[in-house]
Amino acid sequence: MIDSAIFKYIIDLVAVLLLALGIKGLSKVRSARDANRLAAMAMGLAVVGVLVEALGSSGISFNAWAWIILGTFFGGVLGILTAKRVPMTAMPETVALFNGCGGMSSLLVAIGVVLFVVEGGKPGLQTDVIEQISIVVSVFVGAITFTGSIVAMAKLQGWLSTPRWTQSKVRHAINIAFASLSLVGGIDLFIGGPNGLWLILIGSGLLGIGVTLPIGGADMPVVISLLNSYSGVAAAAAGFVVSSQLLIVAGAMVGSAGLILTQVMCNGMNRSLVSVLFGGALAVSQDISGHSGSEYTNITSCSIEECALTLEAAEKVVIVPGYGLAVAQAQHTLREVARVLEASGIDVSYAIHPVAGRMPGHMNVLLAEADVPYEQLLEMDTINPEFPATDVVLVLGANDVVNPQAKNDPSSPLYGMPVLDVNEARTVFVVKRGMNAGYSGIKNDLFELANTSMVFGDAKKVLGDLLVELKELGIGKK
Amino acid sequence: MDFSHTEALWVLLLGSLLGLELIGKVPPTLHTPLMSGANAISGITMLAALTLIIKAGDKIPLLFLGAIALGFALFNVIGGFLVTDRMLAMFSRKKPSSKGNS
Repeated sequence: MIDSAIFKYIIDLVAVLLLALGIKGLSKVRSARDANRLAAMAMGLAVVGVLVEALGSSGISFNAWAWIILGTFFGGVLGILTAKRVPMTAMPETVALFNGCGGMSSLLVAIGVVLFVVEGGKPGLQTDVIEQISIVVSVFVGAITFTGSIVAMAKLQGWLSTPRWTQSKVRHAINIAFASLSLVGGIDLFIGGPNGLWLILIGSGLLGIGVTLPIGGADMPVVISLLNSYSGVAAAAAGFVVSSQLLIVAGAMVGSAGLILTQVMCNGMNRSLVSVLFGGALAVSQDISGHSGSEYTNITSCSIEECALTLEAAEKVVIVPGYGLAVAQAQHTLREVARVLEASGIDVSYAIHPVAGRMPGHMNVLLAEADVPYEQLLEMDTINPEFPATDVVLVLGANDVVNPQAKNDPSSPLYGMPVLDVNEARTVFVVKRGMNAGYSGIKNDLFELANTSMVFGDAKKVLGDLLVELKELGIGKK
Repeated sequence: MDFSHTEALWVLLLGSLLGLELIGKVPPTLHTPLMSGANAISGITMLAALTLIIKAGDKIPLLFLGAIALGFALFNVIGGFLVTDRMLAMFSRKKPSSKGNS
């Protein structure tokens, strides 16, 4: 009996160590893949630990095995299928979905403990304050994580838009009401029966929706990262509920690491966490009458042919990929264009804004998928001094991250956000579907500059035509 | 192995501090994979679900609840790690090939 408990203890310690090393390793490019496997191994080890301890003490009934296998089968198969099938462009919503399910799991465990007297354990309703608090936290945070993540996923998928009414101040009152409902439920759970449980469940579930729904698409990655942190908290709370130190450590680690990551992402976008959470969608909530609107004057548009001719004469070309590129799935065509240019001796590099794509680092993943050499992806601080010496900048579906307003106009909502100084290059081509504003809904001064030309069209189609033009010009045949 | 709640609170505190320390500087390239990896780890609640099933005895509703919780958590864990690996594989894949080109 003691042996299996000690064995479990050792396994838990090793698992914690491996998880910590895994998270650490994931923050370095070279070690990231191994670190991910290490963390996965640690999780497997932890499962072995739980099973061994159970076998050593009370044993595992046939019934229990059947249900364990059933749950493992469905969760595992769905997980594998989802992970294999989902396209790289849909990564943010996939993470949101997984995350929501993690939250759901913590929630269900807490419900199970409250509703049923667990055999060999203490009865469902505890007198122990800490245990009660952790049950409340587990249900509360778990439900918020679940509904919040699902809403985030639906919004990123385009299944849900931001309803107009959610931008009004009323939403704060509604959310406070939901929060109070959960609080009342929590208190009720302390004093009386398990009825308070349902109150928390409903209150916090609605709160998750109410808080996430008003947030604009640009801020969604931050929200997902924050919800990811929450699911860590929920796991730690579940750890208190079932008395598992490993769960507490791992949950706490993910919770605080997720918080740091959220902060890092916020810094990249020059947004504070508070304004992301309570500010609503940027375009609608703030008074930006002077900045939004479609009053563009002095727009120069040009044909793909002109664009090709200018590119041919260039020596140094910088490509600025953005979300539009990802949506158009044009990264492979882009790689072809870059190959042709490189073949004729033109220096090609990619300027990656910290929040390019839909999520920080998302663009790197997408370009890596198209076999763009890692060395050509330059981060903002590296590439910015090089723009004055650049002949042609090709902006593909990026908008806010190249808006000079962020530097020049203190009254702009974007002011202070780090941007790519593409306007310092000799010529800028902006490939864009139309004159619609970007995520932030703010007018982009870049488009009106004398050295900027707009090339209208879907990024993939434009790049495809560009490729044909370049080949007709005989570039890259040498 | 049983432990008191005060001990557990210490574990919580130290675990949180560890998490804060682990992620200092992350290159933006890795934000998405890191988030995805950390997300997979948060599926550790599968252990709680397992414990719930094991201790459920013959209460079918509880077994059922536990199995669903386990399924959700495993979906999170397995899907999360696989998808992270898929992303990271893209970074490592082309290093040898780009060396070959130049």
